[in-house]
Amino acid sequence: MAVKTYIEAIREGMDEEMARDPSVFLIGEDVGQRGGVFLASDGLYKKYGEDRVIDSPLAESCIVGVAIGAAVNGMRPIAEIQFADFIAPAMNQIIEEAARFCYRTAGDFNLPMVIRAPWGGGVHGALYHSQSIEATFSHIPGLKVVAPGTPADAKGLLKAAVRDPDPVLFLEHKRAYRLVKGEVPDGDGVVPIGKAEIKREGKDLSLIAYGLMLTYCLEVAEKLAADGVSAEVLDLRTIKPIDQAAILATAKKTGKVLVVHEDNRFAGIAAEVSAIIMENAFDALDAPVMRLTGPDVPAMPFNHVLEDAFMPNAEKILAKAKELAAY
Amino acid sequence: MATKTQEVEAKGGQSRHRSLGLTDDQALRMYEVMRLARAVDERMWLINRQGRAPFVISCQGQEGAQVGTAAALRPGHDWVAPYYRDAGVVLWFGMTARDQMLSFFARREDPNSGGRQMPGHYGSKRLHIVTGGSPVATQLLHAAGVALASKQRKEDAVTATFFGEGGASQGDCHEAMNFASIHKLAVIFVCENNGYAISVPQSHQMAIQNVADRAAGYGFPGVVVDGNDILACYEVARTAVERARRGDGPTLIEAKTYRFTAHSSDDDDRRYRQAEEVAIWRQKDPIQRYAKYLRESGTLTDPVEQEISERIEQQVDDATEYAEQAPDPTPEELTKFVYKQEPRP
Repeated sequence: MAVKTYIEAIREGMDEEMARDPSVFLIGEDVGQRGGVFLASDGLYKKYGEDRVIDSPLAESCIVGVAIGAAVNGMRPIAEIQFADFIAPAMNQIIEEAARFCYRTAGDFNLPMVIRAPWGGGVHGALYHSQSIEATFSHIPGLKVVAPGTPADAKGLLKAAVRDPDPVLFLEHKRAYRLVKGEVPDGDGVVPIGKAEIKREGKDLSLIAYGLMLTYCLEVAEKLAADGVSAEVLDLRTIKPIDQAAILATAKKTGKVLVVHEDNRFAGIAAEVSAIIMENAFDALDAPVMRLTGPDVPAMPFNHVLEDAFMPNAEKILAKAKELAAY
Repeated sequence: MATKTQEVEAKGGQSRHRSLGLTDDQALRMYEVMRLARAVDERMWLINRQGRAPFVISCQGQEGAQVGTAAALRPGHDWVAPYYRDAGVVLWFGMTARDQMLSFFARREDPNSGGRQMPGHYGSKRLHIVTGGSPVATQLLHAAGVALASKQRKEDAVTATFFGEGGASQGDCHEAMNFASIHKLAVIFVCENNGYAISVPQSHQMAIQNVADRAAGYGFPGVVVDGNDILACYEVARTAVERARRGDGPTLIEAKTYRFTAHSSDDDDRRYRQAEEVAIWRQKDPIQRYAKYLRESGTLTDPVEQEISERIEQQVDDATEYAEQAPDPTPEELTKFVYKQEPRP
């Protein structure tokens, strides 16, 4: 067990999967000699060569479409979209093709492929290097969507994604890359897709989050404890398929739930979590399910005042959690 | 107008198909697959117009381009990523009249999709036919990916992908040709240029005469061929396949052809093209033309033609009867196969 950064864990996960299985390869913009713009694939080109670490043309539909074809023919591609914001040109290939291959052939075809995409804001990335895309893609049956919050989960879920028989959208929070550090188990450490995890036990209220927001929620739980409020923190880890049982267990335990995400509010993941609780644990609630989310504006502005105004942070979560505790 | 000698004999006086290395049996099999594709298609229209099935999309007129190019490939070893008109391609690759009719009636047994997709949306992993959806030209990138995997594993399989001149306008077409050329992938791009994308004529699709001219911009050969001359299609495809298998990269084949029917059973082509134009192209029917060649070269005799006709009629009758009576999917099947393994409840 060693302490690693989030991005080191992802790099190790890719490295170990490529070493384990010769059908795993990486394709994306700048993933080769450059090692990725964030250095997520640093060293892999040298180790595995240009046939397995492929610098693609600057064309996202190409990256995903080629990965689909390779997956048809026995490979397990990892397709990197350099920033989640640039995934739109590949949406036809992801939604109309990758997500539908299994269904439209009644199971004859399946696509073992991963689409990695650095996402989220708080890095002065402005409108086109800060976006959250999880609600958009979670709406599409046939895709799995994963958004780890810790290095151990990032590595373990990446391994699970590579070994999964279906297309997995793997979201890596950019701000977490070097900010978030943690113990990563030695060995395989595969984390199953579809399983949330309680990251902190509590009894008075529940904070439900994923990605970078997990780090903030854990900070908030610590501060709440100092005020005598015991907060439970549930890390969704996988957004689709969502872990209903874990959501309902914590809701029934505390009776008060705050869902936090940085993606836009309307029809976001918090709305879905809230509906799951309302449908299945209404009687257990002591307060309405609350949401703290990014606002419904097109994207995150460059100016730091506006960026801060957009991003949920520990301070905002704490205020909302206190409101919930007092309800 | 070609003289009889030019049409029947290649240089050196041999009949064209033999000079291309095709045996009489192979030449006749190509003819039979063309005719089967046409016969199934015609039966589908009949049934559709009787109100017994909701939708047809046709191969009629393009069978020469389809079977001619597919015949240069090795079914089961090579791959195809076809588009929705490619009945001739998939029949050559091992699909049957029954498969076609099961898809047409959207039955559970439909091998392409279990009754989920419209007819013409082919796919079979076993037969190396990459599943296709309705958005056009996406399959060109899939073909590049299939070929990339073959190259990574150092296998000599060739992947052919098929599309219309309308599909050539999509960005995926450009991205696929560019990528395939960069990596010298074993891909054959076959553009079946039938002159219309539903109603939009080629003149409004592009400002150039030949889609094949674009190949130069990607750095690989582009060839224009008479798509209604099956042997000419076979010849250029064979050259392209040899080049691809050697590791020299892709080829773009543009087969100039024409569709005899409306775009689909929901289209009325009288709104955008003249009956005279259709009639002129019907004179160039690739099946009639090939039949004439086979007769003049002494390959097709009356008894053989009779046998073929009987076989096809029997297959189409059997397929229709079988598929029409085959069971529908059950409502419970609606939620199956969203994922290879269903997510935990």
